[in-house]
Amino acid sequence: MSDFLQLLISGLATGGIYALIAIGFTLLWQTSQTINFAQGEFVMLPAFFMLAAMNLGLPFWGAVGIGIILSALILGVLFKRLIVEPMIRHGVLPLAIATMALAVFLKEAVKEFYSAEAQPFPALGAATNVTILGATVAVQSLIVLAVAVAAVVALQLFLNGTRAGRQMQATAQNPTVARILGIPVERMILIAFVINAVLAALASALVTPIYLAKFTNGETLGIAAFIAAIVGGFNQVRGAIVGGLLLGVADNFAAAYLSAPYRAALPLLILIVVILFRPQGLLGRAEERTV
Amino acid sequence: MSGRVLAGAAAGLVIAAGLIAAPFALKPYGIYILTLWAVTTIAAIGLNLTLGYAGQVSLAQGAFVGIGAYVAALLTTKGWPLGAAYPIAGISCFGVGWLLGYPALRVQHHYLAFVTLAFATLAYLVMRNEEWLTGGIYGISNVPRPSVFGYALVKPRDFYYFCLANLALVSLAAWWLIRSPWGRAFVALRENPMRALSLGVDTRRYTLIAFALGAGLGGISGVLYAPLVQYIDPTPFSLILSLNLLLMVVVGGSGYFFGPFLGAVIAVLLPEWVRFAESYYLLGYAFLVMVLLAFSPSGLIGLAQRWLARAPRPKVAA
Repeated sequence: MSDFLQLLISGLATGGIYALIAIGFTLLWQTSQTINFAQGEFVMLPAFFMLAAMNLGLPFWGAVGIGIILSALILGVLFKRLIVEPMIRHGVLPLAIATMALAVFLKEAVKEFYSAEAQPFPALGAATNVTILGATVAVQSLIVLAVAVAAVVALQLFLNGTRAGRQMQATAQNPTVARILGIPVERMILIAFVINAVLAALASALVTPIYLAKFTNGETLGIAAFIAAIVGGFNQVRGAIVGGLLLGVADNFAAAYLSAPYRAALPLLILIVVILFRPQGLLGRAEERTV
Repeated sequence: MSGRVLAGAAAGLVIAAGLIAAPFALKPYGIYILTLWAVTTIAAIGLNLTLGYAGQVSLAQGAFVGIGAYVAALLTTKGWPLGAAYPIAGISCFGVGWLLGYPALRVQHHYLAFVTLAFATLAYLVMRNEEWLTGGIYGISNVPRPSVFGYALVKPRDFYYFCLANLALVSLAAWWLIRSPWGRAFVALRENPMRALSLGVDTRRYTLIAFALGAGLGGISGVLYAPLVQYIDPTPFSLILSLNLLLMVVVGGSGYFFGPFLGAVIAVLLPEWVRFAESYYLLGYAFLVMVLLAFSPSGLIGLAQRWLARAPRPKVAA
């Protein structure tokens, strides 16, 4: 039982990180039909911003702040202006392929200009354990979980409680009608991109102490986020949360109870089964099909 | 119009003659790279059928190349002729591609990219973990070169001609296919699936065929890859190969017959010519792909075509 609880909590912590990445992914899709294949690299990169800031002598929290701001500017505003805007008129597919190229570009840039070696990254809290109901739980897992929950709650408050948030929901549901109603659709889309970048930077600060900062970090994280978004439901923020948590827990239990080599296969099998039997995701609404 | 066709045919002949003459001017490594180009082009032609003509995204082409390569390596190291690997690899990839096409019937294009991505990763895991079959990370070594009519194609130049002949056959088959009713049905599927359906095109069947044919050609490419490198392990068949093949087709010009040829030139040959750029090559390549896509989603051939259409045409005397 204590083993089970232990796996569950560390699974939820992993899942919280996946959820943060997946939420931004679904936001981009909903507001601007952007499928960001570089989402994993958007999580890999801010850690290097933070490391660079720390190398310049900034304290840890200052570096995290700089990392989040740089991420919002480069991965949010610049990404939208330089890549999404010129390409979205060509359709969903060329843009998706361009983001694949962007993923390669970001990876290579970090490898060439920072380092190809894994870099240690300071943790958010002490590396100690606490005992809850007989289960040994790492304090780090609890911090990760707390930050993830706080970010999700803040996002929900923004989306449901503020004028801009409701305008953004309207943009996501139907951009044409939103525009007719006088909602500044373009600005809403820009906000969605910035939110995505900030969530990715947060996830970066949470996940990098565990994996170390390496230019290849984005590969597995990106795929995990795609799977979480699709399993939960591509067109729902809460779908991404449920998908992320589910995936994180499944991942941890697979590591404990399945053969280690095929641990990575479980999320992929979940993905294929969900797409075959419930393509709109567990919580998603069915989208109108073009055919 | 017929003048342009003639010019195209003449250019094609010159390029073919150049490809036949090239090995006499190259060192063995140059011939190896050129052979790799021919092998890669076959996989790209397959993906172009799936993506360029039928409009179905696949991130699994690298996995099919891997399946073909493992089939060829397993059979030929056990003494079977390479000729036996063709039908087995081709048919098994065709079958798996057909099955993978089923999700394509249920979901939209972006989900399809993820299903094929998941498949490619699963295939890679199987290659790496099923040591009893694939040798795991140790791979399979001493894959023999094939022999044709008792003549062993051991020398690089001989094997190059063998692969070039394969490429020529695949090109002819693809050329014929694109002009057949099947090819036209693929284009109809890409341009407007609903209209295609209402005109009596069995969109279900053609989506599956497009997937399976592309996968089958991926398998054939793998059958040639194994004896080319003579040692295979899972690493070259990871998701990166699928991604590279996709970028190749898009950069060359998806939906154009010569797109995959040009794309493979840029992805396989160009890195060798710009060796001085070393590790910055990939950085520049990724950047250029983004710029290219912003200006011309139909790739380099689409760009050239637009440029030719804008240039003043020479007046033809009546």
